[in-house]
Amino acid sequence: MTAHDIRPATPGSPSGPLRAAPASQRVLAQARFEVGTLLRNGEQLLVSLVIPAMVLVGLRATSSPSLGSGERIDLAVPGVLALSVISSAFTSQAIATGFDRRYGVLRYLGVTPLGRSGLISAKVLATLTVLAIQVVVLGALGLALGWRPSLVGVLPALVFVVVGTWAFVALALLVGGTLRAEAVLALANLLWVLFLTVGGVVVPRTQLPDVLAGPAAFLPSAALGDGLRAAFVDGALNGPAFLVVLGWAGAASLLAARLFTFDD
Amino acid sequence: MTDAGHDGSTPDFAVTLTALHRSYGPVHALDGLSWHAATGRITAVLGPNGAGKTTAIECAVGLGRPDRGEVRVLGVDPAVADADHRARVGVMLQTGGLPGGSKPLRLLDHLSRLYAAPADVAATARRLGVSDFAGTTIRRLSGGQKQRLALAAALLGRPEVLFLDEPAAGLDPHGRLEVWDIIRGLRDEGTTVVVTTHSFEEAERLADHLVIMNAGRTVAEGTLESVTAGRPLEEIYFGLTTRGRA
Repeated sequence: MTAHDIRPATPGSPSGPLRAAPASQRVLAQARFEVGTLLRNGEQLLVSLVIPAMVLVGLRATSSPSLGSGERIDLAVPGVLALSVISSAFTSQAIATGFDRRYGVLRYLGVTPLGRSGLISAKVLATLTVLAIQVVVLGALGLALGWRPSLVGVLPALVFVVVGTWAFVALALLVGGTLRAEAVLALANLLWVLFLTVGGVVVPRTQLPDVLAGPAAFLPSAALGDGLRAAFVDGALNGPAFLVVLGWAGAASLLAARLFTFDD
Repeated sequence: MTDAGHDGSTPDFAVTLTALHRSYGPVHALDGLSWHAATGRITAVLGPNGAGKTTAIECAVGLGRPDRGEVRVLGVDPAVADADHRARVGVMLQTGGLPGGSKPLRLLDHLSRLYAAPADVAATARRLGVSDFAGTTIRRLSGGQKQRLALAAALLGRPEVLFLDEPAAGLDPHGRLEVWDIIRGLRDEGTTVVVTTHSFEEAERLADHLVIMNAGRTVAEGTLESVTAGRPLEEIYFGLTTRGRA
């Protein structure tokens, strides 16, 4: 075998100028690769889908902790959807980014036709794809468990999912793009646990102890949970919560843009 | 010292680095570095650790910008190059850069989709012996297997210019011979290859054009014959270089 064998077997003009695939094809290919990697990764699948589903089933089957007044399943599903946003947009992305930096993956992809801007676009697309899968799976599970969402609230809920994803991806890039991979792993998992237990995501902040309830209003986790609950229970856009999530998105983006490094 | 093409004509240059300076704090990684790589030839860049080889390659592939000086690859400044330019340049980094969670063939299939007219993935994988460990997750591959995979990935775009940062590191003697055969085959088809190495044997076997770097500068450049003038390369190298910083 000679070097001729690694010349193209695909149609084209072997003697013509060599070029990159179209930008949309490059970004779609990378997004598909990242989604495929996540779906093949047991730990990531656990944190993105299995644990949120278990939380939902657990909340439905019990009466504690209190989720506030109203139908328990109607309050539980928005909180679990918020948790799934945090899982995929923050925890998974932070850890993936931290280890991609460690192994030089970001540097390598930067010198391929994908480039750094293509990589960022692909990560956003991959995250939204995973989120869509989560919403469908967890939403279907919720409906099967008796969830009756306000249809008027779908639009404000969509707004919160998109802005919430922005905020948590920016936080993920801030953590994953500035710390050592091992520190990212520890911190991203620790924050996920804190968001779940005292962050006002699944258990509304109004049901937390008084000392936590006030400060939690300014957390992106509680604001996302409150926003989705207001949308799906009352069919309303929670303005203050929206501003909190938007503020975190803007601040984290600015900091990430300033501090992110491609090397560990 | 200069060298000419095989036909005696003056070659044109696919890569030129001119008076590059690059500092990291007090360390001058590049200190007025200049060298060139002729089109369709193999240029071997030899130097001790800390000589600035990797920094020079990073500037040439657009991963870093020199503080001063000029870099041209295929006539383009790589720091501002577009995707079409990057498709014409294959890169094998010392750090690898391969995602650990994937399997080799899935990665190569994916990377081939970034190019309009990629090389045949199966043939490339067979040629580099990647098929032998196709079922192993990348993070579990040995150093030599990762080297083979990284080289396969660098070839997928059928590059006009190929930068290989220590391509034979970690390979056994058979693997090194196979990789050198591939590099020579690509050169014979017109690919410009730039290889950084610590290995005298690799430089002697591959180089049409030899660059010896020390402390961020070029201390010798030309054909192997013109650089060594009949003396052993090892003797010339130790006479021109100092112990590495790293």
